[in-house]
Amino acid sequence: MSSRVLPIDVVRVPPGLEPLRAEVRTFLDSEIRRGAFTPQCDSWLTGWDEPFSRRLAEHGWIGMTIPRRYGGQGRTVLDRQVVLEELLAVGAPVAAHWIADRQTAPSLLRYGSEQQRAEFLPEIAAGRCYFAIGMSEPDSGSDLASVRTRAVRVAGGWRLTGTKVWTSGAHRAQWFFVLARSAPDTGDRHAGLSQFIVNLRAEGVTVRPIRLLTGEHEFNEVQLDGVFVPDRYVLGEIGSGWGQVTSELGYERSGPERLLTTFPLLAALVSEVRRRADRDPAAVAEIGALTSRLLTLRQLSLSVAGMLAAGKPADVAAALVKDLGTRFEQEVAERARMLADEMPDPDAAPGTFTSHLVRGLLHSPGYTLRGGTNEVLRGVVAKALERA
Amino acid sequence: MNEELHAIAATAAQICSEWTPEAAARYSGGWADEVWDSLTKAEFTVLPVPESSGGAGAGLAEAAVVVHEIGRAAVPVPLTETALLAGWLLTAASRTVPTGPLTASAPTDMAVDRCAGGYRLTGKLSRVPYGHLAERVAVLLDRAEPLVAILDSPREAWERGRNLAGEPRDTLLLQDTFVPGEDVTEVDATISGRAFRVRGALGRALLLSGAMEAALDSTITYAGQREQFGRPISRFQAVSHHLAAMAEEAAASTTVAMSAATAGQQPDWILTAAAKAQAGRAAGVVARLAHQVHGALGFTDEHPLRLITTRLWSWRDEFGNERFWERQLGAAACAAPDLWTLVTDPAEVRANG
Repeated sequence: MSSRVLPIDVVRVPPGLEPLRAEVRTFLDSEIRRGAFTPQCDSWLTGWDEPFSRRLAEHGWIGMTIPRRYGGQGRTVLDRQVVLEELLAVGAPVAAHWIADRQTAPSLLRYGSEQQRAEFLPEIAAGRCYFAIGMSEPDSGSDLASVRTRAVRVAGGWRLTGTKVWTSGAHRAQWFFVLARSAPDTGDRHAGLSQFIVNLRAEGVTVRPIRLLTGEHEFNEVQLDGVFVPDRYVLGEIGSGWGQVTSELGYERSGPERLLTTFPLLAALVSEVRRRADRDPAAVAEIGALTSRLLTLRQLSLSVAGMLAAGKPADVAAALVKDLGTRFEQEVAERARMLADEMPDPDAAPGTFTSHLVRGLLHSPGYTLRGGTNEVLRGVVAKALERA
Repeated sequence: MNEELHAIAATAAQICSEWTPEAAARYSGGWADEVWDSLTKAEFTVLPVPESSGGAGAGLAEAAVVVHEIGRAAVPVPLTETALLAGWLLTAASRTVPTGPLTASAPTDMAVDRCAGGYRLTGKLSRVPYGHLAERVAVLLDRAEPLVAILDSPREAWERGRNLAGEPRDTLLLQDTFVPGEDVTEVDATISGRAFRVRGALGRALLLSGAMEAALDSTITYAGQREQFGRPISRFQAVSHHLAAMAEEAAASTTVAMSAATAGQQPDWILTAAAKAQAGRAAGVVARLAHQVHGALGFTDEHPLRLITTRLWSWRDEFGNERFWERQLGAAACAAPDLWTLVTDPAEVRANG
């Protein structure tokens, strides 16, 4: 069924995917049991574990939708969604390959040259090649079209100068896509923007940490000081950067990581309530309320995945999922705090309810900021309603 | 959603448009009998009933699409009662399903006594939708060996009641009422009071999500036309964010309700519980914001917004309000091996609960 105002095509997980789900679950169970990783909230952005990424790749669980001729598995979007859900549900450390798998690979498939696909896609699918996102700048956050990083034409390529910020994982990834202005702003703000594939170890690139309020190093400032980018690393068409970036956002905003960031905490909360002798009926009802929202959001995210797979425009639906989903992630942390009546002790042992609570809370401001603030997302939805 | 469902939705919307704004504004109880006739001709009233029982032999998804359109158009007809409840009970009782209108009830405290040639029933059928207008009432007697009784609706015996939108919600007292044995059938144990409630809740979740879309449509139109301070009020960011919030809740409600209905021939009870809780909560938000944006005008009996919001306020409490279903879901979450297993269990594990 679809609302005529905001069309969303309903998709369910096809029954044939249960064996795949079971296989992933068995693998993750054994990884946790042998201590390969400790489950935690917000692991998709901060759990960087390259050996783990390579083990996933050996199972064919990275680059699943990349065609076989580029080293991928040629599987469906819903196959991939099942694997992502399982990884997020246990808070597995997937940050190293997450961005490359989620948005770099689809962008390369859509806009990349044959040479770029041949160079990057097999390495991404092998869990060895990691990307960061070079969109935001000190003066360009939600207003992405105002980027000031300049790309100047030189012999054999372009020279990039400017500063990118909030670049997650830039200190560990090898590459990032940089959105830059390749022609002066002549009134149409969306014209004259282009995307470049930039090596984070290239000459002229300086990466500096910007620490989170917890002191963790995830964000960076990346300074580009006349960095040379050869022509073969221009992504898509010069001047088409705006359209390319907005289509990338459909992938960036609609995935299950936009509602499952705090799932390890929610699962631990259910165990806590179950364990307590009284099984407080009010707490059980609260868990039901959160479960209802979770099930609803999951169906939305699956449906957007189905729309993306069918090549339908999904940027508005994706904005909707992310607005509702990320507020749910924050609500989980708030509810868990009240229901468990537990001090958020930052020195709690890793993997415990309290450690999930601490991390879920301390990371919560980010959920509704990254990937486009929720205010901007609601603006995207409102604009679509005006057009309807 | 596939092409076939889109086509059914379009036909249903066309039929619903026979319920004119004038008729809707005049409505003060009763039902839209002409719309019902058109729904009957299209076989929409018995869509999910097997052909062998006199139905159209379609799936639950097809029926869900039509119910959603009924909700969007706020047409007073006993469609969920006929298609999802009475049709299901009569099929289980191996009876041919008449075209209706039918209604259904699953009383929890009915005394059932065998007697010569049949049964005697004592108890109450409470707040039965369209009770006095239905031709027949399918009554589920939920016991260890459940029975389905089919009563001719004693039109005059009903005590008339209504919901906030004025739709009939009638009560029937049975006092040693004789029902002939041929009208009482033992049915499979899966035909339980719980399954009845799940189906009813699915119907209300679908009606609610349709009505929320109608509230949104009306609000978008009004906010685009009404000017204050020299511009349409939709240009104020505070207002446009109200519209976005309504759209998000409506889309979420429709998506989860349709998901619950596309699990197979039976609703997925976990998704139905989620859908009713979601729709119930969202109904309050959407009704509040719709009235807020419409201003005082929408708060009058001259404006059709009341036809939608009074239904939102009624349907969310029928077949279990959001707290009821949240308790059910919470208990299921605590009983499952872990929460994620509950979330990802395939539909066949969850049919009927």
